[in-house]
Amino acid sequence: MSRVTSAFVAALITLVLGGFLLGMSLTSEGINLVVETSTTGKMTVLFVGVVLVFLLQLFREQVGSFTSKMRSDERMELPSFLRTSQQQRMWTMFVIAGLVLFPFISSRGAVDIATLTLIYVMLGLGLNVVVGLAGLLDLGYVGFYAVGAYSYALLNMYFGVSFWVALPIAGGLAALFGFLLGFPVLRLRGDYLAIVTLGFGEIIRILLNNWTELTGGPNGIARIPKPTFFGLEFNRRPSEEGATTFHDFFGIGYSSEYKVMFLYLMALVLVLITLYVIRRLIRMPIGRAWEALREDEIACRSLGLNPTTIKLGAFTIGASFAGFAGSFFAARQGFISPESFTFIESAIILAIVVLGGMGSQLGVILAAIAMTVLPELAREFDEYRMLLFGLMMVLMMIWRPQGLLPMKRPHLELKRD
Amino acid sequence: MSESIFYFLQQIANGLTIGSTYALIAIGYTMVYGIIGMINFAHGEVYMISTYVAFIALAGLSMMGIDNPFLLIAMALAVSILVASAYGFSIERVAYKPLRSSKRLIALISAIGMSIFLQNYIRLAQGSRDIAMPSMIQGGFLFGDPDGSHIMISYMQVIIMVTTVLCMIGLTLFISRSRMGRACRACAQDIGMTNLLGINSNNVIAVTFVIGAALAAVAGMLLGLYYGVVNPYIGFIAGLKAFTAAVLGGIGSIPGAMLGGLILGISESLTAGYLSAEYKDVVAFSLLVLILLFMPQGILGKPEVEKI
Repeated sequence: MSRVTSAFVAALITLVLGGFLLGMSLTSEGINLVVETSTTGKMTVLFVGVVLVFLLQLFREQVGSFTSKMRSDERMELPSFLRTSQQQRMWTMFVIAGLVLFPFISSRGAVDIATLTLIYVMLGLGLNVVVGLAGLLDLGYVGFYAVGAYSYALLNMYFGVSFWVALPIAGGLAALFGFLLGFPVLRLRGDYLAIVTLGFGEIIRILLNNWTELTGGPNGIARIPKPTFFGLEFNRRPSEEGATTFHDFFGIGYSSEYKVMFLYLMALVLVLITLYVIRRLIRMPIGRAWEALREDEIACRSLGLNPTTIKLGAFTIGASFAGFAGSFFAARQGFISPESFTFIESAIILAIVVLGGMGSQLGVILAAIAMTVLPELAREFDEYRMLLFGLMMVLMMIWRPQGLLPMKRPHLELKRD
Repeated sequence: MSESIFYFLQQIANGLTIGSTYALIAIGYTMVYGIIGMINFAHGEVYMISTYVAFIALAGLSMMGIDNPFLLIAMALAVSILVASAYGFSIERVAYKPLRSSKRLIALISAIGMSIFLQNYIRLAQGSRDIAMPSMIQGGFLFGDPDGSHIMISYMQVIIMVTTVLCMIGLTLFISRSRMGRACRACAQDIGMTNLLGINSNNVIAVTFVIGAALAAVAGMLLGLYYGVVNPYIGFIAGLKAFTAAVLGGIGSIPGAMLGGLILGISESLTAGYLSAEYKDVVAFSLLVLILLFMPQGILGKPEVEKI
């Protein structure tokens, strides 16, 4: 087939693909179903798509040579001021200091978005342990997130447990769920594991939705108290007799901004702890074992490592971070319902890990920032967000499966003088 | 006493109806898995898309003045199969073919991305609201006392079961008798060797995706008429159920997918009938987990040996 015919065929197929679904729209009129040609906007999209496919097929070689550059294994070179580890440490300190100062100099809305971003950073880092390091595709990560969120909400509702007590319990419960799920399931092959975890996430959501007596069902749980600062509340008035509020204690005027700032700083601390713990874990034998297992399970087994325990470790640790993030999420929102824990959420977190480069912590952080801040900046982009996420996941796997910022193996460096 | 038996039989009939459509979708999973060893995560979306196309074709054709329901259904089915096949083919070409030599995880993530993409594409193109279809074929067979205990099997249920059986017979003949079917079986055994024997395995894989998509389109059309409603999110759950059916029967085995679909359909409708309709999805997923744990090769599958 000559190139023109093949391009023509490809364009024709595109027309078949889009013609019905983009070109026509279904509406219900009374009890009847009516079909009509779409708006010009959709028609334009269809037309542009067909032409684009035609051109891409026609100039396949040129496009191929362009994309093969993206496919190359080279990682981006670090800028010169980040070469040595002292410089890196110094810059890290600068960045952390900047992040701590951030809420004091920016608007309340920005701080709020930053808090949300930090939650996603934490989830991304946690899932990165499971998917990026250990190479186990977990599609039900949001299930553990839900376990964390609901453990704080329920413990508080029934037993009045405060956030700081509930936080470790939530992490522990999520880890327990991870352990209980992982124990039987991790013997399975990779793609079965993905489906089983997906099923688990759905089961958790359906249970939360239907167990109305305990969880409130689809109505969710409202009025979850915010965390306190060593027992000091951030409300205008103390919720119970004899308690002191934050602004009274320090003798400053009441402002609702303190609460937002406090939540942001707490999220920051949680993320830094997560980052630190995972950084250490990667350098420990178990971290090395995760990566070895990801690369070659059979070789790993023949070297005397027990794959099930190693996987279980990754799974449990990953789940516990989701639990921490979940209980923080519940405290920040003040309201949770099963709606917040759908598969889409799992997919977003997975997209963060995939985009950032599986295993790379810096990559995951940058991807989480991009994924949460971009939709906030461009509201109209929000509608197309999931569409682009899906497309990006496919393209990333084809062009750069190692991610934009692939992981760098830990290595020692000779001091340069 | 007799009432409870009738109730039970009614649940079985409903289960067989749903189960046979699960079986049709499951074949797409099982054939693809049998040949290239990957889960075609976007298969459920093809099913969802085909339901949309069927509804569009039905509405369009009846607006053109065709009012014989059987002609209408047959033509809409043809359109739906055509478009779904094009989707099956293109999904393979775009999202899986470039990744055939990469690791399983990579291909699976690409498949998930494809699934998310398609779901949102339909959401943007057709809106996220439910679209309802007036039921075209009404009435049915009634067994037992019309005023007392009876079972009702609607014509639609009969059509679903008959069509499924016809599709299954057609597929079995295709796989066992035709040249392409033989090539499919050869590829499932050893793809490298098949290539050496002068069969283009790329074509075989493309045909597998097209067949899977076409059968999903049949299921999409039938279930669309049965439930009378479609939205962009039906593909996710249906895909998961069908995958469960494929695993239950033994992934890679076509008779297994048929059997698995029926078992899943019946166990779901029994749960809905005797326990609670909300938990029927939980039953499907729990069944999946249990099978994978205790019988990962399924009922009719062969145990998998990992080769180095």
